[in-house]
Amino acid sequence: MVGKGIHIEGLKKRYGSGDTAVEALKNVDMEVAPGEVVGLIGPSGSGKSTLLKCLGAVIEPTAGRMILGDEVIYNNGWKVTDLRALRRDKIGFIFQAPYLIPFLDVTDNVALLPMLAGKPNAEARQRARELFKDLDMEHRAKAMPSQLSGGEQQRVAIARGLVNRPPVILADEPTAPLDSERALAVIRILNDMARKFETAIIVVTHDEKIIPTFKRIYNIRDGVTYEEAGEGRDFELKYK
Amino acid sequence: MISLAGRDIMHAWGKFVFTGVGLGLLIGITLSMAGIYRGMVDDGKALLDNSGADLWVVQKDTLGPYAEPSSIYDDVWRGIRSIPGVARTANVTYLTMQVRQGERDVRTMVTGVTAGEPGTPGWPPYLVAGRQITRGHYEAVADIASGFKLGDRLQIRRNQYIVVGLTRRMVSSGGDPMVFIPLKDAQEAQFLKDNDAIRQQRRRTTANPAFNRPQVPGLLDAVIASQSINPYVNAVLVQIAAGHDVDEVAASIRRWKRLTVHTRSQMEVILIGKLIATSAKQIAMFLVILSVVSSAIVAFIIYTLTLGKIREIAVLKLIGTKNRTIIGLIMQQSIALGLIGFVVGKITATLLMAPIFPKYVLLEPLDSILGFVAVVVICILASIIAIRAALKVDPAEAIGG
Repeated sequence: MVGKGIHIEGLKKRYGSGDTAVEALKNVDMEVAPGEVVGLIGPSGSGKSTLLKCLGAVIEPTAGRMILGDEVIYNNGWKVTDLRALRRDKIGFIFQAPYLIPFLDVTDNVALLPMLAGKPNAEARQRARELFKDLDMEHRAKAMPSQLSGGEQQRVAIARGLVNRPPVILADEPTAPLDSERALAVIRILNDMARKFETAIIVVTHDEKIIPTFKRIYNIRDGVTYEEAGEGRDFELKYK
Repeated sequence: MISLAGRDIMHAWGKFVFTGVGLGLLIGITLSMAGIYRGMVDDGKALLDNSGADLWVVQKDTLGPYAEPSSIYDDVWRGIRSIPGVARTANVTYLTMQVRQGERDVRTMVTGVTAGEPGTPGWPPYLVAGRQITRGHYEAVADIASGFKLGDRLQIRRNQYIVVGLTRRMVSSGGDPMVFIPLKDAQEAQFLKDNDAIRQQRRRTTANPAFNRPQVPGLLDAVIASQSINPYVNAVLVQIAAGHDVDEVAASIRRWKRLTVHTRSQMEVILIGKLIATSAKQIAMFLVILSVVSSAIVAFIIYTLTLGKIREIAVLKLIGTKNRTIIGLIMQQSIALGLIGFVVGKITATLLMAPIFPKYVLLEPLDSILGFVAVVVICILASIIAIRAALKVDPAEAIGG
């Protein structure tokens, strides 16, 4: 699916009211093009998770404007009625831990999303298998999550994030539990997939190993984002 | 769409099956309790059916002969027999006692039946072995549940009886097997005193100046003679002639003989509504308690299983799973647990518990259907707590920070 990336203007989020109000996001501007992978870094409590939750349509911002793909989803109020369907169809999530469904095999873990969107089981599984080819996971398609290594589980989680061809993927510390080699492999996959599916990907991270790989980085401090140029260091690693 | 509940169950089938078996044992006990109640009712009905009577004539203003003591003269039957609409009458006595056989004794209901032929009211309607009583004394027909065999010698009071026939499902309303003996023997057994008591009674009568009058020779002997016989029976069983109305005949007997007459439907009310009412309430209470315990167990198990999947549920919600899919996941698991439990419970109650219970356990198909519906309803209700917990899960929990 050809998307138009992520566009955020003046996004604010306040928790509470009156004297106890906390301004978690004061003024966030972001732009991520289709096919681009950007890093979102910042110290603890800076507002990274709040921004991710707003982008993920899990919590409602206080003010601002968000465009995901070709759709204005928020403009000082939600512009979509079914946030659940928005999350399912327009946003891919990759978490710190893979959080695979332990009672589904690898194929059905990935195929579940298209199935939830109403796709026939056979078509959903076919989509999953196609992604496994790209991720070099074909040989593990029938395995249960408990039979996979940490890196393999994270690749399945990436496939799950991509399977509905969302214009946007939000990755929350996707390399945190992995060693350097596997962490860089995951970033490589994300870059490849972003280019292949023209998906805009935001990677929230503290991981010093992968920060040099981003061409652009958003640094968030006290609820305000600052755009920085990244090193965009190239690397060649096989997926593990 | 794949069945998430089915996959989860298959993934951890051992845990599910063992939990279901545990629940099944509880359901088995519940079904057995219902079966015991049905058995008690059936025992009562069997007692009425097997007596072969349409009417029970008993002492005035009593609920005899089963629910209250009743005593009427043993020649009352003649007058009743002459009332229009009465086809047959027979005296009967009932006495619940321990019957000795060798070294053991068995609690039985000793029934005194009048001489006659098969089909006479009070007689066992069929035998499974041996023959009916043909002699006037010291023969017995026993229910097979008593454990007596043909040729066994039974001790009832001071007399010995030979078992000449065996019957089946002839039990008292309390489930005690019946032993049939000739009426005269039963009358004697009912009021028979020991030798010391007889001597004591004679001494007292002799010492009483009202009975021992020198001017009236023979009075004392007559009084003592009258004290040594028992001219009473507990009831007269009546069969109605074809074409006559039971209530009309009963009304005639009440009017002319001034005795209480119970019809079949009245006897059912007395037996089921009064005689076993307390036991039935106890069983009902057990059923309620067991149902509550079963509900609590299912609720706890499903709640625990759901809590174990909170992170997965948060992920499912975050990736767009509808609430009804999550509700379906939990409710289907709960119902599946109930189904496993019901199947195990039904097998346990039918094959394991019913044969070993000392009381008759009657498992009726309708009770099984009702039990099945109750299990499903209980499982649905029990899953509500887990469903509430799952629906409260914030999808944001899947995102760290």
